Amino acid sequence: MISFENVAYNYGGGELLSDISLRLAPGSFHFLTGPSGAGKTTFLKLCYAELLPTAGRVTLFDREVRGLARDDVAMTRRRIGVVHQDCQFLDHLPLGDNVALPLTVAGRPGAARDLADLLAWVGLERLTDALPPSLSGGERQRAALARAIIMGPDVILADEPTGNLDWEMSLRLLTLLVELNRMGKTVLVATHDLNLIRQAKSQIPARVLRIAKRRIQLAGADL
Amino acid sequence: MTRLSLSRLLAPGPADAVVPPSGHTAWLTLFTAGAMTFLAVFALALALASGRLAERWAGALERTATVRLSAPEDQIDRQVKAVLALLSTTPGIASARALDEEEQRKLLEPWFGPDLPVKALPLPRLIEVVEDGAGYDAEGLRLRLTAEAPGAVLDDHARWRRPLAVAAARLVLLGWLSIGLIGLTMAAMITLAANAALAANAQVIRVLRLVGARDSYIARAFVRRFTLRALAGAGVGAVAGMIGIAALPGAEAAGGFLTGLGFQGAGWLLPLLLPFLAGGVAFAATRAAAFRKLREFH
Repeated sequence: MISFENVAYNYGGGELLSDISLRLAPGSFHFLTGPSGAGKTTFLKLCYAELLPTAGRVTLFDREVRGLARDDVAMTRRRIGVVHQDCQFLDHLPLGDNVALPLTVAGRPGAARDLADLLAWVGLERLTDALPPSLSGGERQRAALARAIIMGPDVILADEPTGNLDWEMSLRLLTLLVELNRMGKTVLVATHDLNLIRQAKSQIPARVLRIAKRRIQLAGADL
Repeated sequence: MTRLSLSRLLAPGPADAVVPPSGHTAWLTLFTAGAMTFLAVFALALALASGRLAERWAGALERTATVRLSAPEDQIDRQVKAVLALLSTTPGIASARALDEEEQRKLLEPWFGPDLPVKALPLPRLIEVVEDGAGYDAEGLRLRLTAEAPGAVLDDHARWRRPLAVAAARLVLLGWLSIGLIGLTMAAMITLAANAALAANAQVIRVLRLVGARDSYIARAFVRRFTLRALAGAGVGAVAGMIGIAALPGAEAAGGFLTGLGFQGAGWLLPLLLPFLAGGVAFAATRAAAFRKLREFH
């Protein structure tokens, strides 16, 4: 589904990531940990082709990203749902339109009922007409998750999705991600919240990847 | 890359809603398109009027010539008759006639007033010559005139007709060049406005790329908006320009080139094409700017 072969990346200075090889299998659940600035966000951006590797090969759905035309990148992203820590929205559109945005740009206007069900699933059914600036951090994270999955993507990437949330809200978001994984979605969550990882591992066989010294390795089972 | 055609562009779609309403760039585009089209109407009028002038000058002078005859008073009538006889037998000349005193007075009236005593002045006699379609041999005619009437001079108007025709042709060229420059200036201004709008909406573009929007989808929202703004602004500018041209004094009032600057007949329809031209310019300029800007977002 997503595979890295000897991938390296640098922003023009020294290498941030180096010699990374791994494969995210369909239906797997991975956490990505590491200290701030270690390259977790960069790794995720490589996973949805916002960045191209400076060395090595990244393959998304059996296609090498370097060979993808811009339209192909767009089509590939429709199969990958991304939740950012800062959760960017179109602030002039109500929440319902923001969540339905992937369907809109794909020319697949979804049924209003499906949108309502999705918003109810993430607990935002009463905020359909609210504008994003009026939402709390937790509401924004859940809205971003709803937007990420509305197209029924194969892969869900989340970058510090609980970074701005209290523990209760973090657990709620984790529960949604676990549910999605049980539906067969591949999930990769970048986080430095070890409690969240332990909580997840108590529910599903999640694997933990750790970025250290520019490389990715499987973390110990005690996490 | 999906084609972004004009027909698809003009069809309203959901892409419009994803870009927030913009402020100053909308007014800049409207004003630029309006002002430039207003100027283009005058440039167009200049080009068309110059073309008409060139045709009129050429048409009026092309087939005529003048024989100027100076001779002692007791010989002048005899020489006029001799010249007319010569001209009547010259191949390529359709007709020739001597101007009478009244006609000569009218020719001189603008400079000397209506009471000019034509008879008292040593003025040459003028003979108007009209060519037929084939034309005549001017050099041969000059030689024969010299033999028949030594004081006769043939003026085929070429000496002053040529610079007039060249000047009129250059005015036509200047008019079209002005329209071209106005179009380029408008394209540059709209490109700047579009770039400003794209830069101001960088976050919108980032979000749209993130959720899988193609470049053509994102570009359409900007291109459609700018094209329609340019169409609207240019429409107002064209109408204002046409009113300005219509308000110029008529040719009867003063005569001359400036008063003939207006459009004639179907020519009044031409300024109405300018808004569509402006829309096309805006479409091309915004489309190029949008795709160039979008390449900054992977």
